Amino acid sequence: MTDLFGTFLRKPAAGAILSLVGVIAFFVIFGGVDLGKLAGAASWVNFAANLGIVAIPVGMLMIAGELDISIGAMIPAGSMTTAIVSGHYELPIAVGMICALGLGVIVGTINGVLANRTTVPSLIITLGTLVAMQGVVLAAAKILTGKASVALTAPDWAKFTFGQLIGGSHQVIILWWIALALVLWFVMHATRYGNWIFAMGGDKDSARNAGIPVRQMTVALFILSATAASFTGMCQAILFNSAQVSGGMNIIFNVIVSVVVGGTLLTGGFGSVAGIFFGTLTFAVVNQGIYFTQIDRNWSNLIIGVMLLVAVAMNENFRTLAMTAVRKKKPA
Amino acid sequence: MADKTPVIELRNVDKSFGPIDVLHEISLKVNEGEVLCLLGDNGAGKSTLIKTLAGVHQPTRGEILLDGQPVRFSRPKQAQEMGIATVHQFGGTFPLMSIGRSFFAGVEPTRGWGPFKVYDRKTANRIAVEAVQNFGITRIDDGDRLVGGLSGGERQSLAIARAVHFGARVLILDEPTAALGVKQAAHVLRIVNEAKRRGLAVIFITHQVMHAMAVGDHFAVLIRGAIAADFRKGEKTREEIADLMAGGESMADLESSIEGYMESHDGHVPPPVH
Ligand SMILES: Nc1ncnc2c1ncn2[C@@H]1O[C@H](COP(=O)(O)OP(=O)(O)OP(=O)(O)O)[C@@H](O)[C@H]1O
Ligand SMILES: [Mg+2]
Repeated sequence: MTDLFGTFLRKPAAGAILSLVGVIAFFVIFGGVDLGKLAGAASWVNFAANLGIVAIPVGMLMIAGELDISIGAMIPAGSMTTAIVSGHYELPIAVGMICALGLGVIVGTINGVLANRTTVPSLIITLGTLVAMQGVVLAAAKILTGKASVALTAPDWAKFTFGQLIGGSHQVIILWWIALALVLWFVMHATRYGNWIFAMGGDKDSARNAGIPVRQMTVALFILSATAASFTGMCQAILFNSAQVSGGMNIIFNVIVSVVVGGTLLTGGFGSVAGIFFGTLTFAVVNQGIYFTQIDRNWSNLIIGVMLLVAVAMNENFRTLAMTAVRKKKPA
Repeated sequence: MADKTPVIELRNVDKSFGPIDVLHEISLKVNEGEVLCLLGDNGAGKSTLIKTLAGVHQPTRGEILLDGQPVRFSRPKQAQEMGIATVHQFGGTFPLMSIGRSFFAGVEPTRGWGPFKVYDRKTANRIAVEAVQNFGITRIDDGDRLVGGLSGGERQSLAIARAVHFGARVLILDEPTAALGVKQAAHVLRIVNEAKRRGLAVIFITHQVMHAMAVGDHFAVLIRGAIAADFRKGEKTREEIADLMAGGESMADLESSIEGYMESHDGHVPPPVH
C-alpha cells in the first residue's frame, strides 16, 4: 500500500491529480458546491478543452526544454484567418481551414528554425513572433476587411465537426481535446519519439550525440504547438460564427500554469501528458467552478497563484524523490 | 604488432574554428585491444580532438582512417554506425530518465508495426541491466530506476556499457574518472580494462597520471593543440609524464615556485596564469 502510494507520488501527474481532488474538496466543503451540478456543467469542460488542446503541445515543448508563448497570438490568428478567408472573401470553408492551419505550420517552422539556428532562449524568440503575429493579425483585419470583427457562416459539415454544441452546451472541441490527448499520450510515452523528447530536455548535446534528430524534433514540436493554437482559433470562429481581434495574453498564462500544475519541470526533461491533462482540468475547475460556489470569483486568482507556487515546489520535490532510488528492501 | 592495420588512425589532422586554430597536425594510431591515453592540460584540445573523431566536428585538414580506409563523418550518428562510440566529458546519460530509456536513447527497441510501433520497455530494461551487470556492476538490477539516482561511477559505467553494447570497435572516453572518488574511479578503470580485453580500441582522456598508467598501453601528450610527446608503456616514468602534462614545465619546479609564492604571500596560492 505505501509502496503503491510511493510509486504514484513519483509520477509527474500525481501533483495535478492531488490538487484537482483538493480543489474540488475545498469547493464542496467551503463553497457549498453541489458536485452533481458541477459535474453536469459545461462551462469548465469547454474552458478546459480550449486550453488543453494548446497546453499539451506546449507542455511537450517544455519537456523538450523549450517554451512557446507565440500561441497567444496564434489562437486569434487562426480564427481571424478562417473568418477572413471563408467569411469576408467567401471562399470555401476548407480553404479557410487550410490557411489557418498552414499559418500555424509557417509560424511554428519559423520558431523552430530560429530556436535551432540561434542560442537565443525560445521564450524570447516566441515573444518576438507573438508580438509580430499580433501586429500581422491587426493589420490584416484592418486592411483587408476594415473591421475588427469578421462574420463567418460555416457549412453544416464544418459546424458539425468543429463548432457543434453537443446537447446544446458542450463544445465538440472537447472530443478533439480528448482525442489529441490520447494520441499525444501514446506518442510521448509509448513510442521512441517520446523518448527522444525526454532526452532532448534532459541534455540536448547528449541527445544529439546519441544520434537523435534534435533539430527536426524541435521544429516538429514548434509546428505542433502553433498549429494546435490556430486549430483552436479556427474551431472558435466556426462555433461563434465570427472572429474578433483580441489580445490572447491571458491564454499564455493559463496554458503555462496548466502545464506546470500538471507536473512539468520548467527546466525540461520531466513531465507527462496525463499530468498536463489533469493540470488543465484543475485550472478549469478553479477558474470556472468558482461560479458554483458562494466564494467571490476574485478569489480564484489567489487559489491559482497558490496552486502554482505549490506545484512548482512539489515538482522540485518530486524530482528529488524520483532521483533518490527506489531501493529494494533488504532484510534488516 | 607494429605492422598490423590500426583500427583507427589520424593523419595530419588540423582543426580550426574560424580563425582559432585548435589542433595542428595530429597523427595517431590505435590498434585493437589497446588503450591510448590522451593527456594534456586544460584547453589543450583533447575534447576537440575526440569530438572530431566522433563526428561532432569535421577536420579542417587531414584525414581519419578506419581499418585503413579514409572516412568522413558529417554527423555523430555516422561515426556511431561505423563503430566509434564516444562518452563525452559532460553528460552521456539523462538524469531524469530511467536506466532502460537512457541506455537506448536514439536506438529504442520497438515492437508492433507501422504507426503502432511501441517502445519495448521490458526488453530495453532487461538488455540494459544485463549489459551493465556484465561489466561487474551488479548493484544495478532495476531498469526502471532513474539514472539520476545512480552514483557518478555507476553512471559512467552505464555510459561505457552502452557504448560497448552497441557494437563499438573504438571506444572514446573523455575524462570518465574526473570527479570520482578512489573506489568509483577504480571501477571505471576496471571497465576500461575489460573493454580492452574484449578487443576494443580505446582512447582514454584523463588528467590523472595514476589512472593513465593503470590502463594505458600508449600515451600521447597534447600541448596547445599539437602532439608534444608520443610514447609506449614503460618508456617514461610517472614523474616524466606528470611534467609533460604540466606543459613541459617540471613538476618539481612548479611545486617549488608555488611554495616560494606562498611563503612571500601569507600562505596564499598564486593566481592562475593563462
Ligand atoms: N566550438 C569552438 N569554437 C571555438 N573555440 C573552441 C571551440 N571548442 C573548443 N574551442 C577552444 O579550443 C581549445 C581546446 O578546447 P578543448 O575543450 O578541446 O580542451 P580540453 O583539452 O578538452 O580541455 P579540458 O581538459 O579542460 O577538458 C580551447 O581553447 C577552447 O576554447
Ligand atoms: Mg575536455
